[in-house]
Amino acid sequence: MLHAVFTAATEEAAQNPLLPASYDIIWSAVCFLIVLVFFWKFGLPKMQVMLDQRAEAIEGNIAKADEAQRKAEAALEEYTAQLADARAEAGNIREAAREDGKKIVAEAKTSASTEAARITASAQAQIEAERQAAVVSLRSEVGTLAIDLASGVIGESLTDDAKASAIVDRFLADLEAAEKAAPSAGKK
Amino acid sequence: MNLLVTSSTDDSGFHAPSIGEFFPDAVLFAGTDFEINRIVLVRFLAVAVLILLFWLGTRKMKLVPGRFQSLIEMGLDLVRVNIGEDLLGRKDAKRFLPILTSIFFMVLFMNLTGIIPGLNIAGTAVIGVPLVLALVSYVTFIYAGIKKSPGKFFKNSLFPAGVPLPVYIIVTPIELISTFIIRPVTLALRLLMNMMVGHLLLVLFFAATQFFFFTAGGLWSLLGVGSLAFGLVFTLFELLVAVLQAYVFALLTAVYIQLAVAEEH
Repeated sequence: MLHAVFTAATEEAAQNPLLPASYDIIWSAVCFLIVLVFFWKFGLPKMQVMLDQRAEAIEGNIAKADEAQRKAEAALEEYTAQLADARAEAGNIREAAREDGKKIVAEAKTSASTEAARITASAQAQIEAERQAAVVSLRSEVGTLAIDLASGVIGESLTDDAKASAIVDRFLADLEAAEKAAPSAGKK
Repeated sequence: MNLLVTSSTDDSGFHAPSIGEFFPDAVLFAGTDFEINRIVLVRFLAVAVLILLFWLGTRKMKLVPGRFQSLIEMGLDLVRVNIGEDLLGRKDAKRFLPILTSIFFMVLFMNLTGIIPGLNIAGTAVIGVPLVLALVSYVTFIYAGIKKSPGKFFKNSLFPAGVPLPVYIIVTPIELISTFIIRPVTLALRLLMNMMVGHLLLVLFFAATQFFFFTAGGLWSLLGVGSLAFGLVFTLFELLVAVLQAYVFALLTAVYIQLAVAEEH
């Protein structure tokens, strides 16, 4: 079979496959130049532009996502802070209300006791005044009665007012002294 | 015309694949420097399809890719990331990306024509394309080295560090040959031979199948089933080779550039 190949080869005017024909080289070079210029000036630049854009888009998206994440975290922090503030404020208000309540109750208590004291004092003063009035009117009536009685007994008009009132006063003083001595004696 | 068997017009008998397959008759401009034959047309078609696909794919690129754009991006990223940035780093990869991408996809598309029914010949199975691409790779890595620092580039290439002084008498010629002669030659020949042999293998299997089924007949047809099966398996294998050779070519170019711009070896 090899023999057949070789005889066939020698029959074909002994063309050497390693020696290039000029047209072979020329057309091969033309083919290569076309391919080279195509890839150099068109295909690869297009690819490069696309790859750059793709990288940019991916980076942009990552940056955007980071930004969104950052914003969300900031918002959450803010809300948390606000919530804590609100809670503290509510606590303060509650505390203040409790204080106020206590104060109001205390004030009410104080004013009530003052009022009560005042009422008591005025009532005592009134009682004292009435007693004083009663004492005065009693004294004058008892004096008049005693004078009338004494006048009738002695048959002599005690018209001398000065004398009469001195007698009455002495009598009453004696009475009061006796009265004072009796309850203290009785208590003992 | 039977594309698989071109060496003879006689329909009876077995047609062995021959070297003549890689030198078909001219279609246009015969005998001039601009002669166009079937293989050149296949190359034009490969380039046209390549540019059409990538033009459609990169014309209106969206940030969120559709299915087709994802596929195009995957292809371009294979060169950009797995070959360019892994070996050269971000900055240098960007500088040499047009050349690496062009080499990879031109080799890939021209390799694939070898297993497309109706074309059945890899555009890289004739010396022209492998040679031109190897020269591009060669010029590129030398340019990269000289641009970076001419002195350091030639010193690192020819006088590797850590070698006793007298040994340079042996090492320097070896380095000279390996770096400046062997590299481009192996680049070109590796690709050329892979695609040539792949094509010859496929032709052999399918021509044998044709022979067993229609010429020999009878019990020979059983052998034809076997050779057809092998032909199919090797078609799939050629698909792998097509991708692999394109990857290797671009990868080696990147490696040579990397070695040329490296501070120390």
